[in-house]
Amino acid sequence: MNVAYINPFIAATVACYKNMMDAEPTQGAPVIKREPFPKYDISGIIGLSGGAQGSISLCYPMQSALATVSKMVGVPITEAGVDLADAIGEIANIVAGFAKRDLAGLNLSISLPNVIISNHVLSGLSGVPTVIVPFTCSLGPFAMEISLKTS
Amino acid sequence: MKVLLVDDSVTMRRIQKTQIGNLGVTEIVEAGDGQEALGVLKNNMPVDLVLLDWNMPIMDGITFLKTVRADATYKDVKIVMCTSESEKSRVVEALKSGANNYIVKPFTPEALKEKLGL
Repeated sequence: MNVAYINPFIAATVACYKNMMDAEPTQGAPVIKREPFPKYDISGIIGLSGGAQGSISLCYPMQSALATVSKMVGVPITEAGVDLADAIGEIANIVAGFAKRDLAGLNLSISLPNVIISNHVLSGLSGVPTVIVPFTCSLGPFAMEISLKTS
Repeated sequence: MKVLLVDDSVTMRRIQKTQIGNLGVTEIVEAGDGQEALGVLKNNMPVDLVLLDWNMPIMDGITFLKTVRADATYKDVKIVMCTSESEKSRVVEALKSGANNYIVKPFTPEALKEKLGL
């Protein structure tokens, strides 16, 4: 995967947090995903198609997800339910959509978001390296997983 | 002023409702996709403003926009796209199809206020 494709997603994540959560996440060093794979409590996943195929996922431990969504919505969200899933999916949707602007040459289409709740490991495209970008934030740590195969 | 929020994300509608409510708008109706929005619009006229997402199941925002703009009944309804579709070609397509303005998610409350003209 061309690393140039990663930066728009990072920038989109930071913009999303600044504008919607009034928070400034700090990006850690991107790493290639290797075993043992990290586990998450909730992930928002957006499928990408067009000039590239794959997905981007925003992945959270539960406390981070609850704090993030509560801040975004403006009311406390205290349990892993429909509200939390909808909000995490929307964050992933916003990030993917915003990143598309800087990836216009790929002519990407984004899917409606899917959300996984429960302790899980994400599996990317077979044969395509997944890049994990860790973030720290006042709302708690989270990670972005990018798995993208260009045509 | 009456505002129709159209977005498949309950979260986004909740955020928009709060921010628009903070701007003094008290009459707010909602729909989760374009098809539902056509019904809500018809049953709640006069609606002054529609805040419209692009990517939704059943009927997307651009189809809703074109449908509404083809009906003279709704010629005075202001429609503002509010979407994560950020590419210039999408903005142009929406404006050519009759959108009055375009907001890219993620947006700040200040940007929403400015784009809606409230």
